[in-house]
Amino acid sequence: MASDTSKRSSYFLITPMAAIFAVFLVIPLVTIVIVSFWDYDEYRILPDFILENYSYLLGSSVTWSIYLNTLKYAALTWLFTLLIGFTVAYFLAFHVRSLTWQIVLFMVCTIPFWTSNIIRMISWIPFLGRNGLLNSALINLGIVDQPLEFLLFSDFAVVLADVHLYALFMVVPIFNSMMRIDRSLIEAARDAGASGFETLKSVIVPLSKPGIAIGSIFVITVVMGDFITVRLMSGGQSASVGLQISNEIGLLQYPAAAASAVVLLITVLLIVTALLRLVDIRKEL
Amino acid sequence: MADARKTRERRPTSFYVLAAFFALFVLFLYGPMLTIFILSFQGENGGLTFPMNGFSFHWFGNLFERQAVGDFGGSFLRSLKLGLIVMVVTVVVSFMAGLAFRRRFKGDSIVFYLAIASLIVPSILISLGIGLLFNIIEWQPQWFTSALGAHLTWTFPFGLLIMFAVFNRFDPSYEEAARDLGASNWQTIQYVVLPMVGPSLIGVAMFSFTLSYDEFARTLMTAGALNTLPLEIYGMTTNVTTPVLYALGTVTTGFSFLVIALALGSVAILRMRKGQKA
Repeated sequence: MASDTSKRSSYFLITPMAAIFAVFLVIPLVTIVIVSFWDYDEYRILPDFILENYSYLLGSSVTWSIYLNTLKYAALTWLFTLLIGFTVAYFLAFHVRSLTWQIVLFMVCTIPFWTSNIIRMISWIPFLGRNGLLNSALINLGIVDQPLEFLLFSDFAVVLADVHLYALFMVVPIFNSMMRIDRSLIEAARDAGASGFETLKSVIVPLSKPGIAIGSIFVITVVMGDFITVRLMSGGQSASVGLQISNEIGLLQYPAAAASAVVLLITVLLIVTALLRLVDIRKEL
Repeated sequence: MADARKTRERRPTSFYVLAAFFALFVLFLYGPMLTIFILSFQGENGGLTFPMNGFSFHWFGNLFERQAVGDFGGSFLRSLKLGLIVMVVTVVVSFMAGLAFRRRFKGDSIVFYLAIASLIVPSILISLGIGLLFNIIEWQPQWFTSALGAHLTWTFPFGLLIMFAVFNRFDPSYEEAARDLGASNWQTIQYVVLPMVGPSLIGVAMFSFTLSYDEFARTLMTAGALNTLPLEIYGMTTNVTTPVLYALGTVTTGFSFLVIALALGSVAILRMRKGQKA
């Protein structure tokens, strides 16, 4: 009896969340899959079952170069956020000794991530632009004669903005994993004669793996689907899968956008599945 | 104590290297923000980069003239209202879901994986899917229907994960004690559970408000005819080439900071009250 009522209350409590996910996540994704087989003309989308959206997409060399470009952004952003995130988390977890300072410094890292992404991208313009701070400084110091053109509206700017936007996604889970490492393990390693670097390599890195995996999932999926950073920071000179989808949406070619979306979703899911082999998410909470 | 002080005296060199790295990271995070903050006070004839051509509030004034830069006031109010609705719904629904997940029930892993999926599915897919759905059933997308749903798919996973973290560390014996003393289910939640998880719920509230207030990709195809603030800002980046853009950045970032400060302040007050009672 008691378990019956408690079960019923569990279902009552979970229904609102399950319903929202059903209506605004599951049904829309199913809609995308269905529409990716539909036909379209200039004005509307036409229910049908054709494979041309896919054959056109996968047969075009543009698609492959766009995927390559997006993967390049994802890989570079992943590499830099991982290096920065690990170092920052390591400093906070093992070198800052009082809990209060840990919390304060952690908050200092976190606050920018609660502000607008678009504004944070725009804020690079006065720094990187042709007459920006960096170019003026380089010219004044005599390092270069002419302003560097590649700083803004380039692949460099896209990756820089991505790292700037998403580094925290690495810091938080890695810091979380590091805080759970039993400090006596590190003492044991030191007592056994391990140098600082050896301790890092054979104790801290392996035990931080779940955090690294979760951070990687976050950063890679968000960069794979991004279009706004690429559009703003490359100045329209580079493409990404997300940008392609948003352009097709702009042209009202919904079935083509849907087919691109399905391929992107499959790509992202493959990457995530590979990373999930390294970590059991539910155990990490 | 003496031991702690002894170790504190002998900071390894690596500490200073890492501390310098950390300082650079903080500069990297805040530096650009600081430059647009300064540049938003650019003089009337000044441009998008340094040098400053005088000092004025001209661009802030410009921001509130409706014709000059689109409808800043209207889109701000819309984003504010949407953020508040998302916040209330996320706090209530995540708290309920958090309670539900304390026991195993059939389908619990389905909801859990939906939440994870919602987090990793690229935002533009949510936008496209909801946009298509509304298109097919011939409903007009509106910020308070389709955009609200799109934002909830983004805030629920964060709310749920925070609730997981909270309830995993929550000692059920407090509730058992309340029940032994004759408290009803609702009384137990009201007088025992809620006060204990209160600070975390404020965290969920702040998270969901700021995520919604700044959300762009998920709003793109779901906002309907009227823009939210991020859509308005995005529109401005493509056709505004004056420091009014920075003024907008300064105002919205200032507002975000205000929200964060409010949230942190109320957590601190809650903690202090709890400390006084104990």
